[in-house]
Amino acid sequence: MRLAEHQYKTISSIRSQLLMVEQVTAVRLGEVVRVIGPDGQSQEGEVLLIDGHTVLIQIFGECRGLDLKESTVIFTDAIKQAPLSPHMLNRVFNGSFLPIDGLPTPLPEKWVPVAGVPINPTSRARPEEFIETGFSAIDGLSTLVKGQKLPIFSCAGLPAKEIAAAILKNCTLTGADQGQKQAVVFVALGLSHYEYSFYIKTLTAIETNFVAFINLSSDPVVERLLAPRFGLTVAEYLAFEKDMDVLVVITDMTNYCDALREISTSREELPGRRGYPGYMYSDLASLFERAGRIKDQAGSVTMLPIVTMPEDDITHPIPDLTGYITEGQIVLSRDLHRQGIFPPIDVLPSLSRLMQQGIGKGRTRDDHRQIANRLYKYYAKGRDLRGLEAIVGRDGMSGSDRNILDFSETFEKEFVNQGASRRSISATLDAGLAILKRYGLEDT
Amino acid sequence: MKGQIIGISGPTVTVNIPDLKLYDRVRLGLERLQGEVVHLSSGQARVQVYEDTRGLALGEPAEGMGRPLSAQLGPGLLTGIFDGLQRPLSRMAAAHGPFIRPGKLLSPLALDKSWQFTPDRAVGDTVVVGEVIGTIAEGSYFHPIHAALAGTLTMIASGPVVLKDPIALLTDGIKLFAHEEWPIRQPRPYREKLAPTVPLITGHRIIDFLFPLAKGGTAILPGGFGTGKTILEQSIAKFADVDVVVYAGCGERGNEMAEMLEEFSELADPWSGNRLMDRTILVANTSNMPVAAREASIYTAVTMAEYYRDMGCHVLLLADSISRWAEALREISSAMEEMPGEEGYPTYLASRLAGFFARAGVVETMSGKIGSLSIILSVSPPGGDFTEPATQACLRTSGAFLMLDTALAHRRHYPAINWFQSFSLYDADMVGYFEKEVSPAWNHNRQKCQALLQRDEQLREVAAIVGAEGLQDSDHLLLEVAERIRQDFLCQNSYSDDAFSTPELTAEKIHNIITWGEAAEKRLADGEDLAVILDKGKP
Repeated sequence: MRLAEHQYKTISSIRSQLLMVEQVTAVRLGEVVRVIGPDGQSQEGEVLLIDGHTVLIQIFGECRGLDLKESTVIFTDAIKQAPLSPHMLNRVFNGSFLPIDGLPTPLPEKWVPVAGVPINPTSRARPEEFIETGFSAIDGLSTLVKGQKLPIFSCAGLPAKEIAAAILKNCTLTGADQGQKQAVVFVALGLSHYEYSFYIKTLTAIETNFVAFINLSSDPVVERLLAPRFGLTVAEYLAFEKDMDVLVVITDMTNYCDALREISTSREELPGRRGYPGYMYSDLASLFERAGRIKDQAGSVTMLPIVTMPEDDITHPIPDLTGYITEGQIVLSRDLHRQGIFPPIDVLPSLSRLMQQGIGKGRTRDDHRQIANRLYKYYAKGRDLRGLEAIVGRDGMSGSDRNILDFSETFEKEFVNQGASRRSISATLDAGLAILKRYGLEDT
Repeated sequence: MKGQIIGISGPTVTVNIPDLKLYDRVRLGLERLQGEVVHLSSGQARVQVYEDTRGLALGEPAEGMGRPLSAQLGPGLLTGIFDGLQRPLSRMAAAHGPFIRPGKLLSPLALDKSWQFTPDRAVGDTVVVGEVIGTIAEGSYFHPIHAALAGTLTMIASGPVVLKDPIALLTDGIKLFAHEEWPIRQPRPYREKLAPTVPLITGHRIIDFLFPLAKGGTAILPGGFGTGKTILEQSIAKFADVDVVVYAGCGERGNEMAEMLEEFSELADPWSGNRLMDRTILVANTSNMPVAAREASIYTAVTMAEYYRDMGCHVLLLADSISRWAEALREISSAMEEMPGEEGYPTYLASRLAGFFARAGVVETMSGKIGSLSIILSVSPPGGDFTEPATQACLRTSGAFLMLDTALAHRRHYPAINWFQSFSLYDADMVGYFEKEVSPAWNHNRQKCQALLQRDEQLREVAAIVGAEGLQDSDHLLLEVAERIRQDFLCQNSYSDDAFSTPELTAEKIHNIITWGEAAEKRLADGEDLAVILDKGKP
């Protein structure tokens, strides 16, 4: 610990948002610095690299107006921390944790480093408690459980934000009736003002407590990397110190990854696939792995990040790396959207790896697995048959194949498609069973 | 050997400690973070740090420990869960709470835990290096204790012992301990390496029957996300007919490791009936733990595996996934500003991997026993693209290639191993073994099965164009037989009782399908109606 803040006027170069400072005698990696320009404007930054007495600093805001002669760099001896308190609930902050809802900053109860520390795998509790999202395609076939990280893979132009809003509104975590407290942490990255007003309207309308971190498309790019870390630090605090079940919704991770690429390039790091840095997997994991439950603790952190797949390509590095880290994925389909189906969830590539533990007797219903397997099996078969239908025509197909084709269509129109209505898990399973029965597929 | 930190760049730190050796262990800063020397130049050294370097300050103390990064080996490894630096995660949680904070260190083995020791030698006996002086009951496993030095015994313990005390004394007061330390990057010695001749039975029909693995052999499981790599690896860890399993979760999900720990503590080993965890060691370096420790984790795992091999055990090392290890290597290499090769990976990626694979094998140990170490690695190629460097580097050295197929996984066909692209270099040798030990019809049925699957694929391509109606009856029959092979033989639900299949059951199952197919073919040739044949006599 240094006794006083110390300051330097030895900036030797400024390039985009990077400062080089010379002759620094004491400095930490990741230390927060304040840079004061000749006009008295203050910017925050962070130490990136230390080479002898030369230090490289990343500025979070704009470098406009800084110079080499007059600008001062103040080292604070602390790494980036988040001010935490229960009064953050129902407040809206920007990517630097400053309130943007016109109210004063809440008085912090404690300060915690935003980077987070890994949960000891032996302390993790198995995620197995069902979360009802109200959407049949998710609850029935790719069930979400508490402590899971399940991304939504969307394409440009698909209603990912309406789905996110509906989940924010409809989602109930089991145990809520027994007085278990819930909260939503909403992190928006690179949002347009139009989307921003949409989400703010949604958030103020829901009953659940929320904390929002909003980074608009006009806000500094570096804040896009900070905002999710603030969000998750808050989520961990609410979950593991205030015993709340926290649902973290982050939109849009594609903007996060693009910010990561932009900053990595400005640091002249070696680019990997499509210019994204080689450490993007580890970086994304440092966010997603913060979801979970801890043994003997009531709270949980569940994550629902939204990823827009560039060029609708699921093998693009962003959805690809995300899929390797998360416990499954919900994939939206442009085809279904064109047919007016909402939510346009393609159940075939969608998957919840933790579904096995979360369903069945005592969790959802004992026939859940059976119904889900049947629906999936016949729908997959129906989709295969559509390929055949395109070639030989419907008349060239056998009766049982035509039956399955009809089933698949009904499945999309009646099971996946539900418009604005919310279905309970038992309504979902009943609907699935009814469709199977209608086509004589309930048991084979 | 003390000095100071003079530079920090991500996971690498520059120090000015004099007289360091390459790969020496270094402790850094006030938190005493662990690191390893990877680069030496005059007056300064680059250290790869195994913990989060955030908050480390210029000028903080650094100390060389004078020895390389080592694993502690002895009784108590089995049933344990360690991180990439061999920190005991269960005891860490008990001592420091549910989060892993930097710099906290505990000895990997519980040195004051009491064990039951049965001596094989007595005071006055002369022992040579590597000789067994007694055994410790490590759960159900009798763990032999080898003499590390030669001499005449002046004391030997009996009954309850703790690892921190010597287990025996030699003349001149030389102490023998029941545990040792071994540098993780240095392969443990053996007398001779032998060719693998015995199959590694995995309980998975498609592997044991079509692509058999060998004890002492190597295999890779590449596949895009959602193809079931982890489930398959865990399922092999459950059912493999080996004495010890070391499972390294390398840069993967924390929830999976927690689940595995819980599940393995409940399930029984199908071969011995003991608790699965009794034969298992877990190494958990999850994706959010520091990358440098991820790089070290597979070496920690393989060193523990070799330790049990040296006692004459058959050991299986599974790592999930080697791509995360390769990425860690890339990250460290780039922090050291080395010249990058393909896709930014360092050019030594292939040789490092080959060196790692070379630690597998059947060996005659230093004490004259036969032990084996088999290695199965999963590979996560970006975008499911198998032409990327890590997959290609693995392909060149591994003995079997079990390709996981996204299309099969989407159809929920598990294990989603593609039967056209996969191969095993051991099949010629192993088929002989199965023919001799399990079923004389093994090879006949195998060739028949492969031919059927091949023909099935061609017919489906034809059917996709001309429609199923355009096929002849004999083709329909073949499609039906192939369908049964796919559904009833190749598919195995890992959540059902069918998840484990003994070689005898595998042989019987395929034999029934093939002979049914042959009989049906004959009936069709004799003029019987196809619909009648398909309705009756299903195996």
